[in-house]
Amino acid sequence: MESVLKIEHMSKKFDDLIVLEDINLSIDKGEVVVIVGSSGCGKSTLLRCINGLEDIDEGQVLLDGETVNPGNRNLTKSREKIGMVFQSYDLFPHKTILENAILAPMKVQKRSRKDAVEEAMRLLDRVGLAERKDSYPRQLSGGQKQRVAIVRALMMDPEVLLFDEVTAALDPEMVREVLDVILDLAKQKRTMLIVTHEMSFAKAIADRILFLDDGRIIEDSDPKEFFTSPATERAKRFLRTFEYEK
Amino acid sequence: MGFEVIFKGKNFIRLLSGLCVALRISVISVAISIVLGIVVGMLMTLKKPVINAVTRVYLEIVRIMPQMVLLFIVFFGFTKMTGSNLSAELSSIIVFSFWGTAEMADLVRGCLISIPVIQYESSKALGLSRLQTYVYVIIPQIIRRLIPLSINLITRMIKTTSLIMMIGIVEVLKVGQQIIEANRKSAPKAAFGVFAVVFLLYFLACWPISCLSKYLEKKWEN
Repeated sequence: MESVLKIEHMSKKFDDLIVLEDINLSIDKGEVVVIVGSSGCGKSTLLRCINGLEDIDEGQVLLDGETVNPGNRNLTKSREKIGMVFQSYDLFPHKTILENAILAPMKVQKRSRKDAVEEAMRLLDRVGLAERKDSYPRQLSGGQKQRVAIVRALMMDPEVLLFDEVTAALDPEMVREVLDVILDLAKQKRTMLIVTHEMSFAKAIADRILFLDDGRIIEDSDPKEFFTSPATERAKRFLRTFEYEK
Repeated sequence: MGFEVIFKGKNFIRLLSGLCVALRISVISVAISIVLGIVVGMLMTLKKPVINAVTRVYLEIVRIMPQMVLLFIVFFGFTKMTGSNLSAELSSIIVFSFWGTAEMADLVRGCLISIPVIQYESSKALGLSRLQTYVYVIIPQIIRRLIPLSINLITRMIKTTSLIMMIGIVEVLKVGQQIIEANRKSAPKAAFGVFAVVFLLYFLACWPISCLSKYLEKKWEN
């Protein structure tokens, strides 16, 4: 398997607080990696460092062998290749669904409007939102908005997709429709890095689970193994918080 | 009622030209306030302590001082002190711009900080450059929030031009007074009619602007 994304000795501090410490990671093409861990363990920061939204203090992030972070002049170019979907509120509220999807392809990749619209419609249709193309984000439900955000990220045809707790702000009944879209992407062999609190989803989609604690990857394992017999005491405790007994 | 004096001689034309004086001063001051207000407003979001302190003092001065006092300071005080010869019209443009810039800057600042950080971040993540992010994402959102607020400021500025007759500018209200004075013998009750017309003229100047604001708000509400 060829490696797409490589992280070498990455460290990140906020003032004196160490958020990420010596992270090493290599992700293969088509691999779905799910990152779990309790809040504040650095999961989101890890994603943000990967596409350069945060500067890093040490180490580097490489995409196809090219440095993404620490920033170089090609950073915008590399960002195009790393798509990201956030927790919420990331659609452009003054633009329609269709315009949200075609803005970056037209302005960044300089594709023709016709071409961009065609692809946007194909992708919107795939997530079941083709007829909402002229709606504005505020007219959609949370789940629909997140599906649009995924389409918008896909429009740039990224090599790696990052999902930062994309269902955390949703009502429970809307979580499913968003996760189904991501499962569909996994079937298409998209390379994805997913931060989530939905453990059953993680189990179903992951090729690999990373367990982050205190800014370090303390487990990097097969999902079956991780969910049935985690290697560390910390992971066992974490998984127990999702279980309920009467 | 006094309406008859309005159309006597050149009275109505004089009233209109008085309104023009008021509108000219407003339009120039509004234009200056918008440009400077955007610059100052952006400076205010930089979180530099010195800039913050200066702009806070500036804003407070504008809020506390009645516009009339500002007019007097500039037209009577400043000219005496420096021996310069500022015209009344220039003085009022200075005062109105000084006031308008402060309020505009505060509106711009408010709009800028109301744009969630995630809007910048998701633009970045899509590969948009800094300039593209501002042009296609941030500025359109700011304008949508800013226009209804700034139209309120503009109409207030137009209304407040009625003060400039205090430094000798013959604007619409002053013309009205002159007409009443001149016809005191022949039409002693002209005041009501004349001021009613003055009211109407102010209304006609401000109303279209309010309508425009309402229209834009509706349009962008989608």
